[in-house]
This record gives sequence, structure tokens and C-alpha cells, in this order.
Amino acid sequence: MIMLRYAVYRFFTMLLTLLVVSMLIFVIINLPPGDYLSNQIAELQSSGQSAGVAKAEFLRKEYALDRPMWEQYLIWVGFFPGPHGFEGLLQGNYGWSFEFDRPVADIVGDTLWLTVVVNLAAILFVYAVALPLGVMAAAKSRTWVDYSTAFVGYLGLATPNFLLALILFYYGHRYLDLPIGGLMDPVYEGQPMSWDKMKSILVHLIVPTFVIGTSGASAMMQRLRANMLDELGKPYVETAIAKGMSPSRMLTKYPLRVAFNPFVADIGNLLPSMVSGSVLVSVVLGLQTIGPTLLTALKTQDQFLSAFILMFVALLTLIGTMISDILLVMLDPRIRYEGREA
Amino acid sequence: MTALLSVRDLSIGFGAGEPVVRDVNFDVEAGQTLALVGESGSGKTISCRAVLRILPRTAQIRSGVMQLNTSKGSVALSEISEREMRGIRGNRISMIFQEPMRSLSPLHKIGNQVSEVLWLHRGASESEARKEVLSQFERVGFPDPARAYDSYPFELSGGMRQRAMIAMAMVSKPELLIADEPTTALDVTTQAQVLGLIKDLQKETGMALVLVTHDLGVVANMAEHVVVMHKGRVMEAGSAELILNAPAHPYTRQLFDAAPEIPDKEAVGIPMPNEDLILDMKDVCKTYTMRSSRGWKADKLIYACRGVDLKLARGKTLAVVGESGSGKTTAARIALGAELPDPGGEVLFRAAPGEDPIRVHQMTREERTAFQRKAQMVFQDPYSSLSPRMRIQDAMTEPLEIHNIGTTSERRDKAAEMLERVGLNAGMLKRYPHAFSGGQRQRLSIARAMMLDPSLIVCDEPTSALDVSVQEQILTLLERLQDSLNLSYLFISHDLAVVARIADEVAVMRQGLVVEQAPPETLFYNPRHPYTKALIAAQPEPDINRPIDLKLVALGAGSPDSWDDAFRFSDTMIPSLVEMEPGHKVRCHV
Repeated sequence: MIMLRYAVYRFFTMLLTLLVVSMLIFVIINLPPGDYLSNQIAELQSSGQSAGVAKAEFLRKEYALDRPMWEQYLIWVGFFPGPHGFEGLLQGNYGWSFEFDRPVADIVGDTLWLTVVVNLAAILFVYAVALPLGVMAAAKSRTWVDYSTAFVGYLGLATPNFLLALILFYYGHRYLDLPIGGLMDPVYEGQPMSWDKMKSILVHLIVPTFVIGTSGASAMMQRLRANMLDELGKPYVETAIAKGMSPSRMLTKYPLRVAFNPFVADIGNLLPSMVSGSVLVSVVLGLQTIGPTLLTALKTQDQFLSAFILMFVALLTLIGTMISDILLVMLDPRIRYEGREA
Repeated sequence: MTALLSVRDLSIGFGAGEPVVRDVNFDVEAGQTLALVGESGSGKTISCRAVLRILPRTAQIRSGVMQLNTSKGSVALSEISEREMRGIRGNRISMIFQEPMRSLSPLHKIGNQVSEVLWLHRGASESEARKEVLSQFERVGFPDPARAYDSYPFELSGGMRQRAMIAMAMVSKPELLIADEPTTALDVTTQAQVLGLIKDLQKETGMALVLVTHDLGVVANMAEHVVVMHKGRVMEAGSAELILNAPAHPYTRQLFDAAPEIPDKEAVGIPMPNEDLILDMKDVCKTYTMRSSRGWKADKLIYACRGVDLKLARGKTLAVVGESGSGKTTAARIALGAELPDPGGEVLFRAAPGEDPIRVHQMTREERTAFQRKAQMVFQDPYSSLSPRMRIQDAMTEPLEIHNIGTTSERRDKAAEMLERVGLNAGMLKRYPHAFSGGQRQRLSIARAMMLDPSLIVCDEPTSALDVSVQEQILTLLERLQDSLNLSYLFISHDLAVVARIADEVAVMRQGLVVEQAPPETLFYNPRHPYTKALIAAQPEPDINRPIDLKLVALGAGSPDSWDDAFRFSDTMIPSLVEMEPGHKVRCHV
């Protein structure tokens, strides 16, 4: 009951945050002087192509770029009717990309869920690797187990991702017959989902997951190890040993439960750092994720496209933090009963 | 007859260093209690943990034989494998620790943590274990076992948590219980009840008990045999009667001399003079509001102080005594202006005799600066009240810098002088706090408080983190400083024996109210209030013929509803403080 109420409450605060974030994104994108169209108009005028100028002027009107900024914002979100009625994010209209001269929805299309898939895989990888290694490193601290996991971890942190990507592609292709580049075989692109397509995606995912996840996994492993070491010095661990528990059972039941909190709280932070951190990797690996598109959009001041992508990343982050907050409440009774009368 | 547990020639060391425990021998008979007594660093804790081989990682048992002999045969605890040891821990030998809050996992329900012992050692199912644990909870005195079973540790009070720990240790019906300072972190009335409980359970089950403690009073109440340890060696061992009545070793005698005692001689104290008050608290109340988590429920009010009237005459010591949650610290904070009392109350401070008093909570900027020079504080924990990154010299001259007093060299000279005054030497100025022991650190804190030549010092439990022999030295120091500088102390403490020694007047607080107030001689000889009586009765005396009177403790330490009609109070109806004899006030209906 407490849980459900909390989840509902948390959902509404998320919506509110999203609203604030959307304002911030819109303002920040509009901060640099000029926009895509005015840049283009200036360019066309200097080269004397008046036909292009007319089209650009038409687009300005069409997308309400001639109105004050707050109106533009409201129209973009969909609170306010634009030149063609309500046509904002809320109505499912993501706007027009001037750079690609296509609707934003068409451009991002597949890349949206591919981004989610790649990053989810990377996060799962981070957790699957960091959890056992971190616990082992803490339980066997100051032994060769600890030192070798630390060494591998630092190696993972220190190796540039794109370099790792190239190395893995080379050896993966040579010895394991892994595909190079992309997230699926080109024949499946634009095809509806099928069993073969899924298989192809999974095989293509192996290297990117590893590349994107490695540094996150090493960082998290070190964090978990430090947390575990803190917890291992606490008296309740001694109590558990005095009860006659075996070390492995004691470790997983008591200190890990407590050390797990920051681990869970990180879910929200992992997402954005992975999306932005994987831009370079995506370019190198030729992944059809949202990162490279975002880069282009920001460079060319393609405002609707970049705003939409940023909103999408923000949404992912907020969902991540919401999930981690709800998990925390489930895991930790101290948070759950905060403020409850004793 | 062979002893249940015999430990022979035990030596333990850390790393490659000198052993910290050397050639320790002791025996425990079934059904009997052995007390390991000593101050911090004596090796008592590590010796008892060696029995279960629960030691810090860097410690190793260098030599020694530990043998557990029962009707089921004998086990060499020092020889068996780790796996066999796990079968003994919590099953045949269990342990209780000092800090009940931190010794239970905060994330698991009490019932789960206690039942675990039965799952591990008896292979009990969840429901079987639950049944047994519930009956054990009832035996250790949980009023509502089922509710406690589903509670988390942070929902219980310290005493209840320690009961849960005891239940956890007892549920497997061990042959030996090792209790490492089981009551040190508890209030004195709770301590009395927990000790009584352990004793009852021992009688009931016939288990042996190894009790590790620094408190000779606890020893006198619990043990048949005593081993006194100092710096890793056994100083003296024998029956409790012998050691407590006629200690042979000088170290044991030293421990006895250092332990303060509540006097029980007939005496009439001199009431505190009513003129030249340095501090005058008038009708100070402090109410905290605990915001309700549910919007529709009213906020809960917590009365930390209710109508506290305290007067401290110049050059005297006023002690405020009470258990955790009694409001004594809040009262001290208000006296220092660190907290605002509810409207209606006021605190007056007179820096020098005959001066106009300052209202501590309505000071101008200049008055505040002057007040801060004249009123200083000494804190409870000398380990955390000195910055580890500041040299002693910097920590000591800082107050002078803040108040812009003197030149650098004058400040340094003053710091050197103060160090000498508290019994340290000026050569220590360049050191960092970690180079000092607990007692030395407390001397440093006092020296620092003295730097501004204050006239009032608020001491918040200044000796409760220290060993008895060090406590004795600190109290002597405080007395000496008072005599030579005419200082006034507001002394906050939970320890009646300490207070008996240093105070000129004692105020006993309970639930934010002063329930009884008198000079110590009067108060201890002729306590009137049931709560004061309980506090005095609960104080363990190092005298085997004067055990704790648990009935008296239970009578006064319970909720105010269980007191005699004359003393009862509730949130709405509070009797006033009545002067029973000159200088002796009791809160009761007349």
C-alpha cells in the first residue's frame, strides 16, 4: 500500500520534472544567436538565391519561428495551437528537421528503440560484471583476487572505448566470426521484426555492449568494493559470523544488501552517461543509435531534432531514476518508514 | 570436574608486533559466570572473541589451547576446522555485543535475524522457527512478541534491541554465552533490567556466562569468578567474593579506588545559594514538532523541556541527570543560547557579580560576542570534538583568533600555560590529536574551553567515554580548576556516581521535567521521587552484598502512569515542584 502510493507519487513528480526539463532544453537550444533557418537565409541571400529564401521564410512561418520564444515553446510542447492547430509533442508530432528536410519522427524512427536496446544491454552487462567481481574483491580484499580485479578494472577504465571497439571487432571477427559494425544485417533494415532479425541484432550487440559497458562496469565494481568494505567492518557482520553463518551466505544476506543501495541508485545516472558517452563509439561501430544524430543536430542548430533527442534522453533518465527510487524504497525499510511514527 | 570452557596460555598478536594478549588462562564452569574485567586496551574483548575465533583479520592466535567440555564430549576450539567452528558459533556458544543498534542489520526484520539461528543450526522450517522465536521473545520480555518479530531494529529502543540480541543468542539454548559489554551502551535503569534478564535466563537454562565488562559494579551483581586484565595480562583471578572484598593486586585496588560511588551516609547537603547567580533559567520549555507523514493526522508534539527552572550560583556546580531522552542536553543547549526556548521562558547570564544580567536569547551582537567568551562547552566524545587535521596549537589558539585577542606569541604562550594547567606539557603543542589518548584528549578539550577565561563551562557527559581511572583524573582536574579559577559548571550526566562526587546541586530530569532537585547528599540519602529511587537502585555497586534491587528499578523506571498517585503526571496535568525540606524539591501532588 505504501509502495503503491509512493509509486504513484513518484510518477507524478516525474511528469512535473519532465515539464521543467522540456523548458530548460528549449531555452538552452535557443540560447545561441540565430537558428537553422536564419543561418540558411543569410547564406542564401549572400549567394543571391531568392527562391531558397522564400522557402525558408515559408518554413519560418510554418513552424512559428517568427513568434516570441515562450509561444514557440508552448506550440512545440502542444499546449498552444500553432499555424495548423495543436501539433506538439503531446499530440505525437515531433517537428521537422531542417537539416535532413524530413519529419523528426522519420529520422529517429528505428534508432530510438535501438538506443534503448543497446543501452539496456550495456547496463545489464555492467551489473552482471560489477556485482560478482565487486563482492569478490571486497571479500578477498588485499589478496590476488582483489588486485587482479582492480587491475582489470583500471584497464577497462583507462582504455579508450573506440580503441577497444576496433580491437574487439578485429579479434571477434577473426576468431569468433562476429559481424563488424551496425546493429543488424543490412538485409533486415526497414524490415518488420522477425526471429531472424532478432538473432541478427543479438549477435551484433555483443561487441557494442562490451565496449560501452566496460568503463561503467569497472567504475561500479570499485564503488561496490568500497561500499562492501565499509559494511564488512560493521558490528552486524560480526553478529552474523557469531551466529555461525557461512561466509558466502553471510556476505550476500547482510553486507551486500546494504552495499546494494548506491548500486541501485546508480541506474538513473548510468543511462545519460551511456547515451552521451557512446556517441563516439556509435560512430566508430556504425551503430544506428541516437548519439550520432544528436551530434549532427546540435552542430547544425537543427532545433526540433536536437530538442526531441534531448527530451528522449531526459525521459530515459527520469524513468531510470524513478525505477531506482522505487527499488530503493522496496529494498530499504529505513527509507520506507521515514517519518512513520514509531 | 573439568570446566565447561578452559582457556590455557592464550597469546594473541597483530601482524608481526608484540602480542597484545599474553598467557591468559581462565575457566568457566557450567551454570556459572566469569567476569573478564579491565579497561580499554586490556585485551579482555579480544580474549573472549578468540574463543569463537572471531578476530580482526590481522590478529592471529599465537598460542593457546581452548577446550569446550560438555556431556556430549569435548572439543578443542583451537584445533577444529572453520566449518566445525561454524557449527559451534551461535549454537553451542553464542555471543552478545556492546552496541545493540549496530549489531543488528538495519535492513532485516528482527524475527528474520533471530530465526536464522534456528534455520542454520536446527534446519528448522520458517514456521517452526517462528514459533520458537516468539516464545523466546516472550521470555526476554517483549510485551508483544508477534509485533517485535515483524519490526525492524530502528523501530525499537536500545533496551529492546538488546533484548532481541539476547533472544538471538539464547534461542539455540547454548551451553556458553559470551557477553561483551552487553549493557555499556544502555541507560542505567535499562542496564539493571537487562542484567537481571540475563541472570534469570542463566538460572533457567543452566548455561555458563563469560561477561566482559569494565564496570566493577556489574561484576559484583553478576559474577562468581573474576579475571582482572591489564595490558594483555591477567593481573588477578579468583572468586568474586575474594577479589571484590579483598583485592590483592594493586591494579585491582586502583580500579576500585577510581570507581566513584553513590554515598549512602546520612548527610544533609547545603542548598545552593540563591544570590549571585551566574545562570538563571526561568520556566524554559522546548517543544519539537514531529511532522506527521500522513497529511490528515495531527503533528506530534515532543516536549523536550517542560518548565525547567534552574539556578546556578557562581563558583558552583549544577548537575542535570537523566537518561537518554530526558531533555538534559536540550536544557544545556538552551542555556548556551544554541537553541531558542519556547516563548515565555528566558535564560539570564551574569558575567560578573553585581552586573546587569544578559538575556541569552535576546542579545545584541556585542553581548553575544562577550557571552561566547564567558560561556564555553566541553563535549562528550574527545575523539570527535577535536579536528584531526589541526595541530593542538592551532585548535587552542583559534578561539583567541576569532575574538581577536593578543598577538600570535601571546596566544601561543597562553596555550602553553593552559596545557600545563590541565596536566599536559607545552611540548605537545605541535602534535596532532591522534597522538593523544582518550583521557589526554579530554584534557585538551578542557584546555581549549579555558582559553578564553570563561566563567561558565557546560560539560556534556565529559567522562562517559573514558575508562574509570581516567574519569577519576578528569573529575579531579575539573574540581581543581573550579577551585583556582572560581568557575561555574553546568554538568550534564547520566551517571549518578559521578554527579555525587562533583555536584553542589543535582536536578533529576525525566521526560523533559525536573522531577527532583536537591544537594547530592540529601538526594542520595533521602530520595523521594520513585524515578530518583530507581536511578539510585539501578546503579550497580561494586559490593557483592548490595545487589541491584530490580523491583525498585522497575517501579520507578516505568512510565509515569505506573507511579504512585502522588507523582503521576500526563501531558495535560503536571504536578508542581514542591519544596519538601530546605533545598529539596520534588515534583508531586501534595
